[in-house]
Amino acid sequence: MIVGSSKSLQTDNCQLTTDNYSKMKLTLKIWRQKNAKSAGKFESHQVVAEEHMSFLEMLDVLNEQLISERKEPVAFEHDCREGICGTCSMVINGHPHGLMQGTTTCQLHMRHFKDGETIAIEPFRAQSFPLIKDLVVDRSAFDRIIQAGGYISVNTGQAPDGNAIPIEKDQALDAFNAAACIGCGACVAACPNSSAMLFTSAKVSHLAQTPQGEIEAQRRVLGMVNQMDEEGFGRCSNVTACEAECPKEISVTNIARMNREYLSASLTSDVMK
Amino acid sequence: MNWFTKFLTSSIGQKLVMSLTGLFLISFLVVHLAGNLQLMADDGGVAFNTYAKFMTGNPVIKTISYGLYAMILLHAFQGLALWFKNRKARGSEKYAVKVTRGADGVATSAAKQMAVLGTLILAFLLIHMGDFWWAMKTEAVPMADCGGEPCQDLYTKVYASFKQWWVVAAYIVGMIALAFHLRHGFWSAFQTLGWNHPKYTPAINGAAWVIALVLPVAYAAIPLYMYFALPEMTTVPEMGGIFGS
Repeated sequence: MIVGSSKSLQTDNCQLTTDNYSKMKLTLKIWRQKNAKSAGKFESHQVVAEEHMSFLEMLDVLNEQLISERKEPVAFEHDCREGICGTCSMVINGHPHGLMQGTTTCQLHMRHFKDGETIAIEPFRAQSFPLIKDLVVDRSAFDRIIQAGGYISVNTGQAPDGNAIPIEKDQALDAFNAAACIGCGACVAACPNSSAMLFTSAKVSHLAQTPQGEIEAQRRVLGMVNQMDEEGFGRCSNVTACEAECPKEISVTNIARMNREYLSASLTSDVMK
Repeated sequence: MNWFTKFLTSSIGQKLVMSLTGLFLISFLVVHLAGNLQLMADDGGVAFNTYAKFMTGNPVIKTISYGLYAMILLHAFQGLALWFKNRKARGSEKYAVKVTRGADGVATSAAKQMAVLGTLILAFLLIHMGDFWWAMKTEAVPMADCGGEPCQDLYTKVYASFKQWWVVAAYIVGMIALAFHLRHGFWSAFQTLGWNHPKYTPAINGAAWVIALVLPVAYAAIPLYMYFALPEMTTVPEMGGIFGS
C-alpha cells in the first residue's frame, strides 16, 4: 500500500521521493543495557519516521541519528526483514512484535502508530532468554530444544521424491500450520509464566503428524519436553497469550497434542529413563 | 530418576496432577452441593442431619474423605510450587508495559490469576472447615432427633453461623473466587489432558460456563437463604468453631 501523494512515485525521471509521505514525530522509550551484568534503564529518544516505514526501518533512522550524534546505536536483532526468520525480537507497547496480530516486528508498519505517540520498546524477558545487549536476548535455549529431538533421521543422498509418501490432506495441512513456527520466542515473551510450550508443541506437532516424523515421535517428545524443562522455562497455565501474540498464529491445540504425545510416550514407550 | 517420578515432576506431569486433582475436586463440589442443598429443606434440619450422620459414619465415605483431603492438599501445594516455578522463570526484570491478550473464548484474566483465586479459595476452605468440620470433630455438638434416632444437630450449627453477616460475606467472596477459578480451571484441565478438539472443545467450554455459574451460585444461595429467609434463632446454642456463637 502506498500512502501519500501521487507524486511519490515519479516514474518519468525514475526518482523515488518520499517528501509527501506523512511524517510522524515519535517518542521512543527504549531499554538500554550494556550487557547481562550491568543494570539497564529506559532511554527516551525523539525520532521522525514516515508512516510507510517498517518498525525496524524506524529503528534504523534512530540508529543513524545516534551514530551522527556519536552515541552508541541501539542493539536489536534483525535478519530477513520479510517475516519469515523470527529474528526481530522485541516487545512493543507490551506486545511481542507489537499490537498487530500475526505480524513480526519487521512487518509491522508505522502507519499503525499515531503521530506524537510514545512507544515503549523492551527486550523479550524470560529467565531462559538471558539478555545480551539492549534489545538482544540469547534464544539458544530453543536451539537446544530442537537438538533434543526436533528433527527426523534420514539417509543422506539424493533428495527423495516429495510425493513418494502419501499424506492425508488435512493432516498435512495441520502439520504445515505447526511448521509455520519461526522459533522467534514471542510465545515465551508473551506468557506470564515464560513457558515455551507453544514453540515446543509446534515442533512436536509438525513432525509427529507426518509419516517421516512419526517413527521417532516418542523419543522426540520425551527429549524435547525434558530439554524444555531443563532450560528453566515456566509451566503452561493455558492463558493462551502465546497464541494471541504468535506472529505465525500457531494454535494452542498443538499444546494439547504435545500433552497427549507426552502422556502416551511416558506411559507406553520403552524408554526407561 | 525413576521414569514415573520424572514423568510426574516434568512440566506436563505437574500440570497433569493439577488437572486430575482439579477434576476430582469439581466432582466433589457437585456431590457436596447435592447434599448441602438439603439445608434449604423446610423441615427443621431433619433431612440434613440424617444425611450428615450417614456421611460421617459410613466407612467408605470416610475413606473417600481422606482421599479428598489429600487431593485438596496436593492441588494446593502443586499449585503453589508451579506459581513459584513460574515466577522464577519470568526472571528478575519485569516488563514496564505488558498487555496480556488471549485466544478467542479464553478467560485470560481468570487464567492469569489462578494462583490468587486458588489462595482465596484455600482461605475460604480454612474458614469453612474451621467453622464446621473442626467444630464437629472437637466440640460437643448438641444432639437432635433424626426420625427416632439421635444425631448431631449440625443443621443448627450451620444456621447459627449463617445468621452472622460476616460469615455470609466470606462465603460470597469465596464463591466469586470459585466461579472464576472454575471458569478457567475446567477448560484448562481438559487442555492439559490433551483434550482439545473441534468436536469437543465447544462443549467443554460451554460446560465450563455452566459449572462456573451454577455451582457457586447454588452454594452461595444456602447462606443467603438462611440469613435472609429464615427467622432469627430464638435460642442460640452453645457451640464452638472459629465463629462460635
